[in-house]
Amino acid sequence: MPEHIPPVAVSQEKSVKIVEFTNSKILDEANIADIDITLRALINEDAAPKLLLDFSSVDHLSSAALGALINCNNLIKQKNGQLRLTNIKPQIYEVFQITKLNKLFRIYPSRAEGLTSFT
Amino acid sequence: MTFHRVISSNLIEQREAQKRILDAVESFHWPANDMFGIKLALEEVLINAIKHGNKFDKSKKVKIDATVTYDRIEITVEDEGEGFCKDHVPDPTAEENLTKCSGRGILLMEAYMDEISYSKGGRRCRIIKARKDHSTDGTAHS
Repeated sequence: MPEHIPPVAVSQEKSVKIVEFTNSKILDEANIADIDITLRALINEDAAPKLLLDFSSVDHLSSAALGALINCNNLIKQKNGQLRLTNIKPQIYEVFQITKLNKLFRIYPSRAEGLTSFT
Repeated sequence: MTFHRVISSNLIEQREAQKRILDAVESFHWPANDMFGIKLALEEVLINAIKHGNKFDKSKKVKIDATVTYDRIEITVEDEGEGFCKDHVPDPTAEENLTKCSGRGILLMEAYMDEISYSKGGRRCRIIKARKDHSTDGTAHS
C-alpha cells in the first residue's frame, strides 16, 4: 500500500495556522477530499480559527478544489474566524479572476502581508 | 494522435485516460499556458461525466474520443446519465452564488477552450482548442 502523504503541512505563527499544500496539483478528487477533511479538522480545533493558506507549491487546481476552499471559507465565517490566501501563482490567480472568487477571498501577494492582515 | 477509450465511472481509469491525452498534447509542444487550460478543461469534462453525469455509478460508462495534433485539440466525452441543459446552470460568478461550492467547471472550460458544444441532451460534451498563430504575439515555436 502506498504511503499516505498528508495533503498539507501546518505551522503556527502566533494565533494563525499557516497551511501549505504539499501536492502541486489540487485537481484529483481523492486529493481534494483529503484536503477538505484536513482543513475541516484544523477549523474545528479553534473557537475562531485563523488560517493562512499558502499556495506557493500549487501549479494546478480544479473547480472541485475551489469548492473545497469555499467550503473552508464558509465554515470559518460561521465561527467568526478569518481566512487568507497567499503566494498564488499568476496562472492560478487567473482561475480566481475568471470565477470572480478573488472577490470572495482575501488574497495577499506574500506570506508576511497575509499574516499582518489578521486582526 | 487519436485516442478512443470507454471507461467505467471510476477516477483511476479517467486519470489514465487524462495522462494519455496530455502526453500527446505535450508531445506536440503546446505552449505552457495552453497546457494549463487544456489540463484543467480535460479534468473538468471528465469529472463532470463521472460525477454529475453518471453519479459515480460504476455500471455506467464514459466514452472518450480525442484527436490531438500540432494545431488543434478536440476531445469528446459522453456519459450515460440523465443529461442536462446548460441554460439551467446558475451563473457561478453572480454575487449570490459566489459562496456555493459547485458549478464552476463549465465556466472554466469555456474560459480556457475555444469551443464547447453539447449534444445528446447534454450527455455528450465536445471541447476544442486551436493553437494560436504565435507569429502575431512574438512567441517562438519550432
